[in-house]
Amino acid sequence: MQSKLSSLFDAFLPVIATLAALAVGAVMLLFLKVNPLEAYAALWDGAFGSANSFAETLVKATPLLLVALGICISFRGDVINIGGEGQMIIGAVLATWVGLTLTGLPGWLAITLAMLAGFLGGAVWGGIPGILKAYFRVNEILSTVMMNAIAVQLMNFLLRGPMIDPSQAELASKIPQTARLLDIFHLPRLAPTRLHLGALIAVVLAILVYILLWRTTAGYRIRAVGQNPNASRYAGIKVPRYVVLALLLSGAFAGLAGAVQVYGVNYRMITDGSSSGFTGSAGFNGIVAALFGQLHPIWSIPASILFGALLVGANKMQRVVQVPSALITVLNGLVVIFVVSSEIWRRRRQRRRLAAAPVEESPPEEDQPNVQTKEANQ
Amino acid sequence: MTESKKLPSGQPRIESVEMRGITKRFPGVLASDHVDFDVKSGEVHALLGENGAGKSTLMKILYGLYHPDEGRILLNGSPVTIASPKDAINLGIGMIHQHFMLVPTLTVAENVALGLPSSLGFLTDLDRVAKRIIELANIYGLKVDPSAYVWQLSVGQQQRVEIIKALYRGAALLILDEPTAVLTPQEVDEFFTIMRQMMKDGYALIFISHKLHEVVEISNRVTVLRNGKKIGTRPTSETTKQDLANWMVGRDVDFAPDRGNVELGEVRLQLRNISCASDRGTLGLSEINLEIHSGEILGIAGVSGNGQRELAETIAGLRKKTSGQILLEGRDVTHYAPGDLTDRMLSYIPEERMRDGMIREFTVAENLILREHHKRLFSTNGFLKLKDISTHADNLISQFHVKTPSRETLAKNLSGGNIQKIVLAREISRNPRVIIAAQPTRGLDIGATEYVREQLLDQRKRGAAVLLISEDLDEILALSDRVAVLYEGRVMDILPRREATREKLGLLMAGVHPEEAATVVN
Repeated sequence: MQSKLSSLFDAFLPVIATLAALAVGAVMLLFLKVNPLEAYAALWDGAFGSANSFAETLVKATPLLLVALGICISFRGDVINIGGEGQMIIGAVLATWVGLTLTGLPGWLAITLAMLAGFLGGAVWGGIPGILKAYFRVNEILSTVMMNAIAVQLMNFLLRGPMIDPSQAELASKIPQTARLLDIFHLPRLAPTRLHLGALIAVVLAILVYILLWRTTAGYRIRAVGQNPNASRYAGIKVPRYVVLALLLSGAFAGLAGAVQVYGVNYRMITDGSSSGFTGSAGFNGIVAALFGQLHPIWSIPASILFGALLVGANKMQRVVQVPSALITVLNGLVVIFVVSSEIWRRRRQRRRLAAAPVEESPPEEDQPNVQTKEANQ
Repeated sequence: MTESKKLPSGQPRIESVEMRGITKRFPGVLASDHVDFDVKSGEVHALLGENGAGKSTLMKILYGLYHPDEGRILLNGSPVTIASPKDAINLGIGMIHQHFMLVPTLTVAENVALGLPSSLGFLTDLDRVAKRIIELANIYGLKVDPSAYVWQLSVGQQQRVEIIKALYRGAALLILDEPTAVLTPQEVDEFFTIMRQMMKDGYALIFISHKLHEVVEISNRVTVLRNGKKIGTRPTSETTKQDLANWMVGRDVDFAPDRGNVELGEVRLQLRNISCASDRGTLGLSEINLEIHSGEILGIAGVSGNGQRELAETIAGLRKKTSGQILLEGRDVTHYAPGDLTDRMLSYIPEERMRDGMIREFTVAENLILREHHKRLFSTNGFLKLKDISTHADNLISQFHVKTPSRETLAKNLSGGNIQKIVLAREISRNPRVIIAAQPTRGLDIGATEYVREQLLDQRKRGAAVLLISEDLDEILALSDRVAVLYEGRVMDILPRREATREKLGLLMAGVHPEEAATVVN
C-alpha cells in the first residue's frame, strides 16, 4: 500500500516540482507588484487557451524536441553537445540552398531532399567535434561552442553575400536574408493554424530514437560507451567510432530542426547577426528539454511541450501584466532547477528503498557516486 | 598505578574495552544486531566474518566513525562516548586501515605530524617528531627513516608508518583492519613478530581478517560475525580452521575442492618474450614466457603490483605490447583487438569487475550479452533480439544462481558476489578455449569464492586452459597445476604444484632467486 502510494507520488513529482517552481515565481511576481494569479492565467491562456495558442505551443516545441532527441543520443553516449545552435544553422543553410536551387522539383521531393540536407549538414557540424574528441581528445564542450561561433559567421556571410535575396541585393537596405521558398516547398499545415508537418515528423523520430537506443546494437554500443568506456573496450566495441556516431547523430537532429524551422515556419532564412535570431535558442533549450525528459526520447515529447508552452505563454503574460521578459527566463530556470532537484531526491529515495529489498546483502558503505545526477547537472 | 601498568611508549594501558549490545541499522539493513565484543590488554582478539557480516561496522563504531543506534562502550569498566575518531584517539584507540591513510608526497615525519598541533605553534616541529618516531620505532625494531618520502617505501614499510602514527598518537588499543592483505608471506611473518611483542607489552589488539590460517596463528580469542549477528567467541586454541570456516558461513565449507585427474592437452596459449609498459610508463612486463595447456590451471602468484594486471591486460588485447608474440592455439594473435580475441574464444574475467567487466547502469540481461551482443545469437541486421536475450539471461541467472530480483535489474544494485557470478556466467557459458581469470575471488565472501573456484575447476575438467592470477596463495595452491611467480614484471620461476610450498613461493614473491630460495627452504 505504502509503496503504491509512493510510486504514484514519484510519477507526479515533476508536476509537483513545476508547481513549486511557479510558486517561487509567484513570490517574484509579487515583488514586481503583479498579481501572480492573473499572470499565470495569462501564461496558461497564451499557451493552451485556444486551438490557435496550443498550435503555437506545438510549433515552438517542435525544434526543441528535435534538438532534444539528438541530445538524448549524445548525452547517453557521454558526449556533451553544446553545439545545437550551430548545427541548426548549418542544417538550415544547406536545406535552404537545396530549396532555392532545385526549384524544378515537385514539392514532396524538394522537401524530402531539403530535410535530408538539413540532417546531413547538422551531422557534419556535429561530426567534426566528434572526430576531434574521439581521435585527438579535444574537449567536445569547447569545440561544439566554437563551432557555434563559426556557424553564425558563416550564416551571416552567406546571407549577406552568395545567398542574399536577389531583390534585397538591389536595394540599399540589403537586409541579410535569402529569397522566400516556393509555396509548394512549404511543409504542409496540419490544421488551420501554423502547426505544420514538422511536429509529426518530430514525434515519429522520437519513437525511432527510442528504438535506436534500446533495440539496436548501435544504440546498445552508444549507451555502453557512454556508461563505461573501459568495459566497452573490453567488450570489443571500437569506442572512438561510437563517440563520433553519438555526436554526429546529435548534430544531425539539430540540423533537421533548423531545416524544419525554415520549411515549416519562416520559409526563408534571415539573420540579425546572432544565432538566437534564427534559432530562438532552441539549440540550448533543447538540452534542457532533454534533461527534463530524463534523456528519454519519449519523455522528451511532454518536456518539449512544457518548455514550448512557457515560451509562448510568456509572451502573452508579458503583454497582459507588463512584466520584463527576463522574468520568463527566470521562470524557465526555476522549473529546471526544481525538476532536476526533485529527480535527484527521487533517486535517493529509490536507492533507500532498494537497500531495503532482500537482495542487497551488504550495508551501503559510502554514498555512491550517482551517475545519473551527473547528467542532470550538466 | 605501578610502572608495569604503562606501555613501553609511556602511555597507560587500556585494561579492557567492552562493547555491549551494539546495534546499528542502515536503511533496510541491520548491520550490527546486539553484538557484544571485548578486548583486553595483552591479547589479540580476532574478528572474523564474511563481507557484509558487520566487522567493519562494529570497528567503525569503536573508532567513532559510526554511531550506534543502541548499545554501550565501556573503557576500563566505565562508560564512554566515542563521537568521532578524535575522541577515539584521545581515549587511546588507534586504527590501521586496510587502505593506508598516508600522503605519498610527504615524508614519514610529515605524515605522522599531519593533523596534530605543533609544539611550536605555527611552525612545524618536525625535528621533535622525527626524534619521537625513532624512539617509538626502536622499541619494536620498526626500522623507518623519518625523512624518507612515503612513495619511496614498500607496502610493508608503509604499514609500519601507520603503526608508528597510531603509537605516536598514544594508542594503547589498535584496530588492525585486514593488515596482511597487501603483504608477502615474509612480511606477514615480520608483522606477526611485531604483533606478538606488542601483545606481550600490554597492548590490546583487534585483528580483522578473513584469512583463517592467520587468525589461528596469531590470535588468542576469536569472535565470528555473520549477517550482523555475533555467532560466538572462543579461545583460538579450541578451534580449527575448518570449524571457523563453517561457523562463518553457517554450513560445511569445502576448502580444497576435489580437483580430479585431468589429462594435460595441447598447448592453447603461448607467450613468447612478451614485454609491455606499465601505466606509469615504466617497465610493466619483461620478457615473459609462458605456456598453458588444455586442461590446466596455471597459477600466477605475486605481491600486488608486480605485473599481474599488465599480464592479464596484455593477453586480453587491452594493453600494447612493446615486444614479443602471443599464440592462441598456434595462431599469432599478438595484435588482435579484444573483440577478435573474443571471437577466437578467449574469455577474460577482469580484476576490476566494476570498472572493466560490467556496466553499472545496464540491466543484468544487457550485461550478460556485453561481449557477444553483435553475434547472430543476439542480433540480426543491427537489431537486438530481445526475446533471445531475455531467455539467455533467464537461463544463466538460474544456471549460475545469480541472486537478482529480475533480469531487468540494474547491475549496480547487485552485491559483489552476484556481479562476479554474472561476469563468470558470461565468460564461461560460451565454453571458451582459454580463460584469463584475474583475482576472480577478490572481495567475495566464502560462499561466492567457493562457487567461483568450483567453476574454474569445472572449466579445467572440460579442457579449457586457465590462467589464474591471484594474490591469495591459498587459492593458487588449491587450484593450480603449476605456479608461476611474478616479481617486478618478470617470471621468477615456474613450479609444478607438488614443489610449490608456501615458503618457497613466499621467497620467490619477495624477489629471492630460485636457486637461493631452494637453499633457504631446505
